[in-house]
Amino acid sequence: MISARAVEKRYGRRRALRPLDFRLERGGFLVVTGPNGSGKTTLLRLVAGLAAPSGGELVVDAARGSLGYLGHEPLLYRDLSALENLDLYGRLYRVPERRERIGMLLERYGLWDVRAERVASYSRGMTQRLALCRALLHEPDLLVLDEPFTALDLEGAELLDRQLAELVGTATVLLTTHEPARVEPLATSRLALG
Amino acid sequence: MNYLADVAALARKDLRLELRARDTLPAMLLFVLSTLVVFHFALPTGADEVAAQGLLWVALVFTALLGLARAWAPEREGGALDGLVLAPSDRSAIWLGKSAAVFVFLALIELVALPAFALFFSPLQAEAVLGVLLANIGICAVGTLLAAMAAASRTRELILPLLFLPLAIPLVVGGVGSSVSTDPARYLMFLGLYDAVFAILCWASFEYVVSE
Repeated sequence: MISARAVEKRYGRRRALRPLDFRLERGGFLVVTGPNGSGKTTLLRLVAGLAAPSGGELVVDAARGSLGYLGHEPLLYRDLSALENLDLYGRLYRVPERRERIGMLLERYGLWDVRAERVASYSRGMTQRLALCRALLHEPDLLVLDEPFTALDLEGAELLDRQLAELVGTATVLLTTHEPARVEPLATSRLALG
Repeated sequence: MNYLADVAALARKDLRLELRARDTLPAMLLFVLSTLVVFHFALPTGADEVAAQGLLWVALVFTALLGLARAWAPEREGGALDGLVLAPSDRSAIWLGKSAAVFVFLALIELVALPAFALFFSPLQAEAVLGVLLANIGICAVGTLLAAMAAASRTRELILPLLFLPLAIPLVVGGVGSSVSTDPARYLMFLGLYDAVFAILCWASFEYVVSE
């Protein structure tokens, strides 16, 4: 599903990602690790199509709209509520039975009771939960998650553990983390940067 | 139909954000009214109507600039533009939705600004009002695209006026012409042509603005 050959990224003279080779088959689960500044986020942005490689070849066999992306920023509107944010994305992604899907995700991630409140009033952890709901809303074939456990409390992290376990085999997952042990049982391949 | 539904959803989102946060409209309204008041006292008594019409357009263009500078702020704050770009909808729908919302903001401001102008200076003819509406389309089409380009830069407050004002000159020429010329139809057609050409250019090029 993803094939990278000598893919690299530079911003001017600064190298954000060293030349890299890897393959990830459909249904695989790739865990990317590495110290800060090693290019994990850059790699994920390249895979998501949010940035273009400066060199090498990167092939991502996923149709637009079949990718779920969770970045460092939540990709949400702070002055809209959880419901309004997910409804907007649900419309743009043409999610069938949108309201039911949104309701199910908000219930699952413990945000149903605060669904009508502005995202600006959420804690960092609640925002991260909502960002996960957004990334999962359209049931993506390829899930690209940049340090998804960041800011989650114990309950939120366990919810995500369960979610990831459910996704094994049904979706392709590319995930960066500083806690590789947490997702080790799910990983089909690993990539260490830096 | 999906395309128009996406545009409507995106424009509705911007209107809702503005209704809730009230970041842009009050500032635009205050700016245009205070500018007209300043012009009212700055223009010598007995100054001709042509000068006053010119000042109206100065006020409108700079008020629009104020709104355009804030146009992409909600997308910038939460990284939401990435979310929109990743969606399967046509990327030009993002531009069109934003342009439509900016058009509504501008039209709402002008609902107050034009009567205020009539109060301070002289009433506007129907051709002049039509000129304002046509110029709005051009301002929103071009301004929204340029604001998206500027939003990616750290110096956006500087870049946007530098990019926008030169491209707004034809709109000012057409707008003032439609207000004071003896043949306003010629200027209205000019504005219509500007709108059509630049709307197509902006619609087609937005994809490249949001792609790296």
